Amino acid sequence: MDGYPQNISKVKNRASVGWLFRMAWRDGRASLRRLLLFMSSIVLGIAALVAIQHFGLTLEANISGQSRELMGADYLVDTDATPGPELLDTLAQLPGVMKREVNFASMLSFPDRSGTRLVRIRGVESGFPFYGSLVTEPAGAGMQFGASRGALVDATVMTQYALEPGDSIRIGRLTLPISGSLVDAPGNTQVSTSVAPAIWIPYPLVEATGLIQVGSRVEYNFYFQVPPGTELDAIYERWDPSLDNAQADMDLHTDTSARLGRRFNNVGRFLKLVGFIALLLGCLGIASSVHIYMREKRASIAILKCLGASRRQSMLIFLIQIAGIGLAGGLVGTLLGLGLQAVFPLLVGEFLPVTLQWGLHWEPLVLGVLLGIGMALLFGILPLLSGWFVSPLAVLRVNLKPTGISKRVTAAILLLILFVLWGVTSLLLERPLRALWFVLGLAVVFLVLTLIAWGIMRGIRKFFPTGWGFEARQGLQNLFRPNNQTLVLVLAIGIGTFLISTLYFTQDMLLARAQLEDARPTANLILLDVQPEQTEAVAGVIRPTGMEVLEDIPIVTMRLLRIKDRTVEALRADTTATLNRWILSHEFRVTYRDSLIPSEILREGEWASSYSGQGPVPISLSDNVARDAQVGVGDTLVFNVQGVPMETFVSSIREVDWGRMQLNFSVVFPPGVLEEAPRFHVITTQASDAERSARLQQALVRSFPNITVLDIRQLLGVVGDILNKISWVIRFMAFFSILTGLVVLLGAVRTSKYQRIRESVLLRTLGATGKQVLRVAALEYLFLGAIGSLLGVFLALAATELLALGVFELPFRPSWVPFGVVFPFITLLVLTIGLLNSRGVVKSPPLQVLRREGV
Amino acid sequence: MSKILNVDQLRKTYPSGDQELTVLEDISFAVETGTTFAIVGPSGSGKTTLLGLCAGLDKPDEGRVALCGEDLTLLDEDQRALLRNREVGFIFQNFQLLPTLTALENVSLPLELRGESGAADTARTLLSKVGLADRLHHYPSQLSGGEQQRVALARAFANRPSLLFADEPTGNLDDETGSRVVELLFDLNQEAGTTLVIVTHDMDLARRCHQILKLKGGRVQV
Ligand SMILES: Nc1ncnc2c1ncn2[C@@H]1O[C@H](COP(=O)(O)OP(=O)(O)OP(=O)(O)O)[C@@H](O)[C@H]1O
Ligand SMILES: [Mg+2]
Repeated sequence: MDGYPQNISKVKNRASVGWLFRMAWRDGRASLRRLLLFMSSIVLGIAALVAIQHFGLTLEANISGQSRELMGADYLVDTDATPGPELLDTLAQLPGVMKREVNFASMLSFPDRSGTRLVRIRGVESGFPFYGSLVTEPAGAGMQFGASRGALVDATVMTQYALEPGDSIRIGRLTLPISGSLVDAPGNTQVSTSVAPAIWIPYPLVEATGLIQVGSRVEYNFYFQVPPGTELDAIYERWDPSLDNAQADMDLHTDTSARLGRRFNNVGRFLKLVGFIALLLGCLGIASSVHIYMREKRASIAILKCLGASRRQSMLIFLIQIAGIGLAGGLVGTLLGLGLQAVFPLLVGEFLPVTLQWGLHWEPLVLGVLLGIGMALLFGILPLLSGWFVSPLAVLRVNLKPTGISKRVTAAILLLILFVLWGVTSLLLERPLRALWFVLGLAVVFLVLTLIAWGIMRGIRKFFPTGWGFEARQGLQNLFRPNNQTLVLVLAIGIGTFLISTLYFTQDMLLARAQLEDARPTANLILLDVQPEQTEAVAGVIRPTGMEVLEDIPIVTMRLLRIKDRTVEALRADTTATLNRWILSHEFRVTYRDSLIPSEILREGEWASSYSGQGPVPISLSDNVARDAQVGVGDTLVFNVQGVPMETFVSSIREVDWGRMQLNFSVVFPPGVLEEAPRFHVITTQASDAERSARLQQALVRSFPNITVLDIRQLLGVVGDILNKISWVIRFMAFFSILTGLVVLLGAVRTSKYQRIRESVLLRTLGATGKQVLRVAALEYLFLGAIGSLLGVFLALAATELLALGVFELPFRPSWVPFGVVFPFITLLVLTIGLLNSRGVVKSPPLQVLRREGV
Repeated sequence: MSKILNVDQLRKTYPSGDQELTVLEDISFAVETGTTFAIVGPSGSGKTTLLGLCAGLDKPDEGRVALCGEDLTLLDEDQRALLRNREVGFIFQNFQLLPTLTALENVSLPLELRGESGAADTARTLLSKVGLADRLHHYPSQLSGGEQQRVALARAFANRPSLLFADEPTGNLDDETGSRVVELLFDLNQEAGTTLVIVTHDMDLARRCHQILKLKGGRVQV
C-alpha cells in the first residue's frame, strides 16, 4: 500500500471543457448526416413559428406606423344617429380641420345598362383623406374628387359591369358620371371591398339620392386633422364625455390601429399554435432519434468511462452534440422562417390594410434559436440521461443492460417538459390560462393517440396473422424489431393526418350547413328599407315573377331611455356600472309579432302574443341582450321610440340561433303597440336561380330606389371565398406538420438503416432474393403508413364529431376526401420514402456490412 | 516489493431468478509491482468477473480490492474512473475502440482525459511502435482485427499505466496474429515496466507470467 501516497478523492479529472467539445465534434462527425436529419425535424416547426412571429411584428409595426394613413385622419367622431344640435355644437368646438362623411348601404344601378349591386355609398367632403391617398384610375381622379359631379367606383365593380370613366351610375334618385375607378383607399383591404365595395360620391350630392330617411342605417363620420405634435389624448379626455352624451364616439388614429393590430394578433396566435404543433411533432422525432442514438452509443460511453471519463463528462459529450443540433436547427429554422414570411403576403395579402415595409425584428430570431436549443435538449434529456447510467462494465459484457432511469426522475422530467411547453405556449399565446388548457389538451391527444397506437400494436402481436405469406409476415414482424420506432412513427403520421383530416371535416361541416339552408325554402333575397306604404307595391312586383313573399317584417328603431329604475344617462356617467355599455347607445331594430319563429326557443318567462292596452308593454328579449343589460323577467325598460317614451317590461327571454340565415331580433314587441310608429319593412323572398334574382333586383331598384336588396346567394359566395382563403392559410400551416412528420419518418428510416442492412444480408444469406427483401420492406412501410394515417383519419372523425355536437350543434356527414384521398396518399408517401431508402439496403454488399461496427 | 493490487476475501453474486448465483467466493491474492500475473480457468469460472472487480468496473458484494493503494470499495464511480485513467490500462478480447474516432484519436483519448498536452505526439509515437504509423487516420472499421488490437495496445500504454489488464487479448485473433500481438504486449510491458494482469485460456501464454491464478467455479484452485 505504501509507495502510492496520492489520495484519489483529491485529484481532479483535468480534461477541459474544450476537450468535451472536441470529443462531441469528433464523435458527431461520423454520424453527421444522421444528426443533421435529427436537426431537420425541428427546422420546419421553428421556421413556421419564426415566420409567423416575425410577420406579425412586421405587420404590427406597419399598422402602427401607418395608423394616420389607415384612418386618413388624426381622429374621427362617429355616430349612427342623425347628428342633433348638441353634437353639431360639440363638433364645431373640436380642434382641427374637419371633413364630413355620410355612409350607408344602397343599391347601385345604371341608367343605360342592366345590373344592380349592393354597395356602400360614401358621401365624402373633398379634402379627405388628410393622410394617405386615393389610388385611382386615371390617377388624377382621386386628386380632383369633389371638385366636380363625379363618383369614384370600386375597381372590382368597374370590371364586373365593364364600366368606364364617363359612364353613368344611379344611386337612389341620383344619377351621376363616373370620374374614376377606385383601386385603394385608406384602411381598405381587398377582402373588405369584396364584401362591400365602396362608391365615393361628393358630400353635397348625398341629399339628392333621397336615401337618407327615417330608419335608414346611416353612419356619420367626422374626420379631423390637427397640427403635428398635438396631444390627441388630451383632446380625447376633454371631449369624449360630451360626445358620449350626444351618442357619438371619438376614435384616435392610434386606437383604431391598435384595435386592428389586436385583431391580426388573434389570428396570428391561432396560426402560431398550428406551427407549434409542427415543432412538437419534430421534438417527438428528436426524442425518439436521440433515444436510439444513445442506445447505440452505450458501448462508446462504457469505453469512455473505462478509460477514465466521469459520468458527467460522458453525458456532456452527447449533450453538447444534441445542443449543437438544436442550435443548428434553430439557426436554419430561423433563417428559413425569415425567408418564408416573405411568402405570406401572397397568402394573406388580401386581408392586409397596409402596404408592407419590411424590417428586421430581433425577438423572433432569438426565440427561434432558443427554441431550437431548448426543445432539442428538453426532449433529448431523458435519453441523454440514460448515458449517465451506462456501466463501464459493459466493456467486458457487451449485452449488459444499464440500470434504468428511476420512475420518479422520468416523471419529474415529463412534468418539466409539460411545464416548459406551457411556458412557451404562454409566450406565444400571451394567455397563460388558455396556454395551460392547450398544453393539457395536447397532452391528452398525444396520450390517446399513443394508447390507441400501442393497443393496435399489441393487438397485432397477439392476433398475429400466422397464415399470411412469408413476406407479409416478415414485413409485419419488422414493426416489432428491437429498437423499433413504430410508435413514434405512427404518432407522427397519425398527428399529421389528423390535422389535415380535421381541417377537411370541419370545413365540410360548415359548407354542408350552408347547403342545408339552401335545401329548405328559406329566403335568399332580403329587401331592406321598404316603406310601409310600399309593401303592397313591392309584393306586386315580386308575385308576377312566380316568386313568393316569404316574410314581411315590420321594423321600428328605438333606443333605451331607462333600465329598471336608472336612466341611461345616469348609467353612462356611472363608471362602476357593470352592464355592457353597447346597450346604452345602441339603436335597437325591433319587430312585433304574435309567435316565436323556428330559430328561437323560449327560455324564461311567458311569451306575450298580444297587448291588453294597459300598463307596461310585455316584450321579449334575446338572452344575450338580457345578460348584457343585466335584466331578468319582470324588469322594466323604457324605450325612446322616435321621440316617444314607451314603458315595457321583460315578459320572456329567448335563446336565438343567430347563426341561421334568418332575420333575428333581440327585442320583440307584441302586436298592437308599434303599428303607428314610424317604421319600415323587411321583405324576404326566394329566387330559385341567380338570373331570376338579378331580374327581380333590377325591377325592384328601378321602381323603388330607396330599397336595399341583400342577395344572400351572392353574400354566401363572398363569404365562402373568404373562408376558402382562410382555410388556405391554415392548411399552409398544417402542411408544416405533415412535412415535419415526413422528416421524422426519414430520420427514423435512416436510423434503422444499419439494422435493416444486417437483416437484409441475413435474409439474403439464407437465400432470399433482393426482390423479396424489398417486398418485405415495402410491406412494412405499407403497414406503418396505413396504421398511422387511418388512426389519424378516425381520430379526426371523432374530434369533428365532438366539435359538431359540442360547438356547432350541427349534423355532421363526413366527407370522403380524408378516406379517399388523404389516407391513401399518406400511406403511399410513407411507402415511397421507405422504399427509396431501402434501395441502398438491398444493394450494399454483405462483406462491407459484416465489417462495419455500427455507426 | 510493494503490492500494486491487493484482493482480499472477494465475493460476488448475481441475482438469477429468485436465487443468488455466487460467481466468485473467497478470492484473495496480491500482485507485486512490475510483475506479470495470469488468471486462468475454464469458461464460466469467473475470470472476467474478477478482472472487472479488480479494475473497479464493478463492485464486489464482500471483500476489498486495493489498487495502487486505493481501496476501491471506498471510491465512487467517478473516482474509480479517475484512478483507472491515471494508473490502469486495458486490452479487451473485442478491442473496444471507439468506432467514431480514428486510430490516432483513440490512442490520444486517455491522455486527453488527463488534460495533458502533446497527446497526439505521444499517440503517434506509440502507433509507430506497434507498426501502424501509416494508419493514423483510419477508423476502426477500416482496420483488420489484428490492427485494431494493436491500436488498443498503443492506447493501453498511452497513459503510462502502472497496471495493465488484458482480458483474453488474443481471443478474437488467429494464432499467428495472436502471437504477434502477445509478443508486442510483452515487449511494451517490459519496456514500460508495467505490471500486467492477463486473463487467458492459453496455458502457454500463462506460463510466461511470473504468477498464475487458477479459478474454478468461482474459487481459487490451489
Ligand atoms: N450479469 C450477470 N448476471 C448473472 N450471471 C452472470 C452475469 N455476469 C456473469 N454471470 C455469470 O457469472 C459466471 C462467470 O462469468 P465470467 O464471464 O466471469 O466467466 P469467464 O471465466 O470470464 O468465462 P469465459 O472464459 O467464457 O469468458 C458465469 O456463469 C456467468 O453466467
Ligand atoms: Mg471471460
